[in-house]
Amino acid sequence: MTARVGVVTFPGTLDDRDTQRAVRVAGAEAVPLWHRDKDLKQVDAVVLPGGFSYGDYLRAGAISRFSPVMETIIEQAKAGMPVLGICNGFQVLTETHLLPGAMLRNDNLHFVCRDQKLRVETSATAWTADFTDGQEISIPLKNIDGRYTAAERVLDELEAEGRVVFRYAGPGADGRAGGAGPTAGGYGNPNGSLRDIAGISNAAGNVVGLMPHPEHAVEPLIGTGRTDGLGFFTSVLKKLVAA
Amino acid sequence: MTLDTGKDTGTAPGDDAAAAKRLDTVEYAERTPDAGQPWKELGLKEDEYARIREILGRRPTGAELAMYSVMWSEHCSYKSSKVHLKQFGEKAPRTDALLVGIGENAGVVDVGQGYAVTFKIESHNHPSYIEPYQGAATGVGGIVRDILAMGARPVAVMDPLRFGAADHPDTRRVLPGIVAGVGGYGNCLGLPNIGGEVVFDPCYQGNPLVNALCVGVMKHEDIHLAQASGPGNKVILYGARTGGDGIGGVSVLASETFDSTGPSRRPAVQVGDPFQEKLLIECTLEIFREQLVAGIQDLGGAGLSCATSELASAGSGGMRVELDTVPLRDATLSPEEILMSESQERMCAIVEPGKVDRFMEICEKWDVIATVIGEVTDGSQLEIFWHGERIVDVPPRSVAHDGPTYHRPYARPEWQDALQADSADKLARPANADELRAQVLQLVGSPNQASKAWVTDQYDRFVQGNTVLAQPEDSGMIRIDEDTNLGVAVATDGNGRFTKLDPYTGAQLALAEAYRNVAASGAKPLAISDCLNFGSPEDPAVMWQFAEATRGLADGCLQLGTPVTGGNVSLYNQTGDVAIHPTPVVAVLGVIDDVDRRTPMAFKDEGHLLYLLGDTRAEFGGSAWSQVVHDHLGGLPPAVDLDRERLLGEILISASRDGMIDAAHDLSDGGLVQAVTESCLRGGHGARLVVPDGLDAFTFLFSESAGRAVVAVPRSEELRFTDMCGARGLPAARIGVVDGETVEVQGEFGIPLSELRAAYDGTIPALLA
Repeated sequence: MTARVGVVTFPGTLDDRDTQRAVRVAGAEAVPLWHRDKDLKQVDAVVLPGGFSYGDYLRAGAISRFSPVMETIIEQAKAGMPVLGICNGFQVLTETHLLPGAMLRNDNLHFVCRDQKLRVETSATAWTADFTDGQEISIPLKNIDGRYTAAERVLDELEAEGRVVFRYAGPGADGRAGGAGPTAGGYGNPNGSLRDIAGISNAAGNVVGLMPHPEHAVEPLIGTGRTDGLGFFTSVLKKLVAA
Repeated sequence: MTLDTGKDTGTAPGDDAAAAKRLDTVEYAERTPDAGQPWKELGLKEDEYARIREILGRRPTGAELAMYSVMWSEHCSYKSSKVHLKQFGEKAPRTDALLVGIGENAGVVDVGQGYAVTFKIESHNHPSYIEPYQGAATGVGGIVRDILAMGARPVAVMDPLRFGAADHPDTRRVLPGIVAGVGGYGNCLGLPNIGGEVVFDPCYQGNPLVNALCVGVMKHEDIHLAQASGPGNKVILYGARTGGDGIGGVSVLASETFDSTGPSRRPAVQVGDPFQEKLLIECTLEIFREQLVAGIQDLGGAGLSCATSELASAGSGGMRVELDTVPLRDATLSPEEILMSESQERMCAIVEPGKVDRFMEICEKWDVIATVIGEVTDGSQLEIFWHGERIVDVPPRSVAHDGPTYHRPYARPEWQDALQADSADKLARPANADELRAQVLQLVGSPNQASKAWVTDQYDRFVQGNTVLAQPEDSGMIRIDEDTNLGVAVATDGNGRFTKLDPYTGAQLALAEAYRNVAASGAKPLAISDCLNFGSPEDPAVMWQFAEATRGLADGCLQLGTPVTGGNVSLYNQTGDVAIHPTPVVAVLGVIDDVDRRTPMAFKDEGHLLYLLGDTRAEFGGSAWSQVVHDHLGGLPPAVDLDRERLLGEILISASRDGMIDAAHDLSDGGLVQAVTESCLRGGHGARLVVPDGLDAFTFLFSESAGRAVVAVPRSEELRFTDMCGARGLPAARIGVVDGETVEVQGEFGIPLSELRAAYDGTIPALLA
C-alpha cells in the first residue's frame, strides 16, 4: 500500500494541483483536503501548498490558520505526523506556532520570482532525509512576503538545535549572477531573511516550512528543468514506508 | 452621477427639487418628452442621442440613457473601427481549426486530442495611465474572465507593455505601478505569466499601452456561449458586490482623448480584488463541470448594461431584471450607476430553474455571493425594474449591436512621403571595428534590447506546473496534457516604428514576427488575436493608419492561413494632437504535439554549428540600430515576404520535431548580433562568427530583414539539416560555432560574455530600481 499524502486547499490556494502532481510523481497517492473539513481522510502526511489564501488579508496565513482543517492538522502534527508548509503554507505554520518566527515583506519591496539556490543544512527531518547535509539544490522561489524574521534568542535556539533546514546560497542557478531582477546585487539571500534562513523545522523534525517551491521542480521538462524538489517528497515517502 | 431632469418643462417651478429626486421611469419619460438629459456628459454625440429617441419612440429614461451611453461608446461598439474590422471575417483563411470565431467573448481553436484552446488579447491603456496599479491589475482580471466565460480553465497570461522614454520621470511613476499591478493580480490568481513585451518610445509618453492576453484550455464539449435562451430560466449575478468604481470607464475614459486640464478621472478606474477572482474561477469551473449553465457572460466594460443586453440579444430576446436585488457595496448607488458600474470580479449566468439550487450550493462552497436578479422572458424587450417600477424597456439588440457605424474620413498624411524619403541609408555607419564593437554594446545595453528580467522576475512563471518555456524565450509554451505532452505556444509582437513608416507592412511584420517566434520554439501557428492600439479616429491620418494596418493584417492572415479569432481596438491613445505610433500588437497561438520536442533559445553546447536562415539585406529603416545610435526614424521598414515566413516556419518545426536543431532564436529588433548575444547569455557559452560572403560586417550584425532565424545544429545533424533547407529552397548560411566565453566576429572584434552580460543586465535596474 502506498503512502497517502494530503494536500490542503484553502480559498486562494494556488499550488494545490501542482503539489498533488509532485506527490504523484514521487510515487505516493495525493489526497485533496478541503479547508472546511476537519477530516484528514486517513492521510499519512500533509502538505500546505503555496498561494494567497484568503488573499493574504490581514496577514499572510493569519485567517487560514483558524480553518477547521487546521485544528486536526495541528493536533496530528504535535503527535508526529509529517507536515510540510510551502510558501503560504509556511506562513500558515508560523501563524499556528507549530514553527517559530514570521515572514515580513521582502526588503526590496517587490514580488520576486527566480530560480533559487539553497543549502540543505540538515537531512535529519521527515522532508529532507533524501538529501545530504550541506547539499546545494535549486528550486523556484516566488513571493512578496518571504523575509524570515524571529527574535535573536529564537534564531540562536534554532541554530543550536539544528532546526535551520535550508539557507539561501549562491547566485540563482539559472546563471544570472545575483539575478538581474529586483534583487540585483543581492547574492543568495533574495529578500533580507535573517541569517539567510529559507526554511526551518520543529524540534521533532516532522514539521518543516520553507519559502521556495519544491513542487515546481519535479519534472525535467517543466519550469527550470531541474528535479531538485523531488527529494522532499521521496524523503517523506521513505519515512512513511519504513514506519 | 445625478441625472438632471430638473429642466422638466412639464412641472411647476417649485417642483424642481422633487423632480430631481424622482425616479425616471419609462412612464415618466413618456410624459416628459422635453426633459433635458446629460447625453453629452455621458459621451454621446447629438445625432446618437437623436437616434436613441427614434429607436424608443420617446426620450430614454436616465437608466436607458446610461446603458446606451456605455454600450454605444467607441470601446464597446467599435463604431469607428468596425467597417475595417469586417475584413478579418471576409478575408478569413479556410481552416478547420476555428471552433468559435469573432464576436464571442473570445475565439476558440481546435488543437487536437479533443482539446480546444481559447485566447484573446485586450487593452487597458487609459486606466493604467491614470492609476497604474489598478489599471493594469483589472486589465488582467478582465481578460481572464473573458476566457473563463468561454468554459475554459485559464492557464497562462502575457502582458505586452509600452512606455515613454525609459529615462523619463513619468516612466518611473507609471512603469513600476503597472508591473506591480500585472504581477499583483496575476500572481494572486495563480496564472503563470509566460511572455509579452516591454518597449520604450517617447511616443507612448502620456499614453502607455497595457495589453493583456490570457490563454485557456477546455475540452470541445465544454465550450460555453454568451446567450440567454429558454423563457423562465433564471438570470444569476454572482461574484463581487457592485460598487461605485469604474462608472463610465468605457465611455468617458477609454473613448476620449486625455485633456490635461480636465478633472481627475480616477473614479472611472475600477479597483480589483484578485482573491475574489480566484474564487470566481474555481467556482465557475465547478459549475461548468456539473453543466449548470445555459449561457454565461462576464461583467467587464459597461458592466451590467453589457451583460444583460448582450445575453438577451444573443438569446431569444426577452429578459426581465429586478435591479434592486443586485448586492451593493454602497447602498446609495442610483440605478443608473448600478447599470454602468464596472466593478470587477462579477459574472452573469443563465440557469434553468431546476439547477438553481445546485448552482447556489457551489457558490456557497466557494464563498461567492450569488443572487437571482431576473429571468428570461418570452418577450422581445429587455425590461429592468427598480423596486417594482419599470426604468428600462428596450429592444436588447438596439443596445448591444445596433450602435452607430461611422465611416470616418481617412487620408494618407501629407508627412508620410517625407518620412519615407528620410532613408536610414544615409545614416553614418561605424567607421572601423572599434566603433562596430562599441555600437554592439550600445545596442545590447539600450533599454529596448536589454534584459527585462527586472520586470518579468516580478511575475510568477512557474505556477500550475506546466510551464515549458517562458520569457525571454521566443514564445511562452504550456503543456496542456500530462500524459500525451500536447502543448500550446503563444507569442505577442508589435513594432510601432515599422508601422509608423508603413502601416500596411508594419502590421504584417508584427504578424510575421509573432508567427516566427511560435515556429522557432517548435510549435505550428494556428490562429491569431490582435490588439490594435491607435490614436484618435477623428484624425483622418490616424484613420488611414488604422485602415492600412487592418488591411495588411487581414491580407497577411489570409496568406499565412491563420484566422483572426478576436481581439480588441483601443483608439484615442493620444494627448492633444499627438498620437502614439500606430501599434497593432499581434498574438499568435500555435500547437505542439509533444512539448519534449520544443526548441529553446539557449546555446547550451560547445561545438554546435550556427546557421543563419533566410536572406539578409541592408534594411535599417525603423531598426533598433537607427534608434539607438542615431535617434532616427525614417525610410521604409524591412520588406515582408509571408511565403518565406511560412517556409521558414515549416523548416523550424520539422527540424525541431526531428531533432535536427538544438536551439533557435528569431531575428528581429537589433538583428543578428542581438539574437546571438541573447542565446549566448542564456546558455552561458560564447560564439565565433564569420561574416558570410557577400555581406559586410555591419549589415550582417545589425540588419533587421524579416524572415530570418539563427539555429544551433549538432554536427551529427548538419548534413540532414542543410539537405532539408536546400531541398525546400530556404537559404541557410553557416555563420559560426558555439564556443568559448566570448562573442567574436572574425577579423572584427570580440566581446567577453561578462561584458555583454553587464550591458544587457544592468540597464533596466539602473533606470528603475
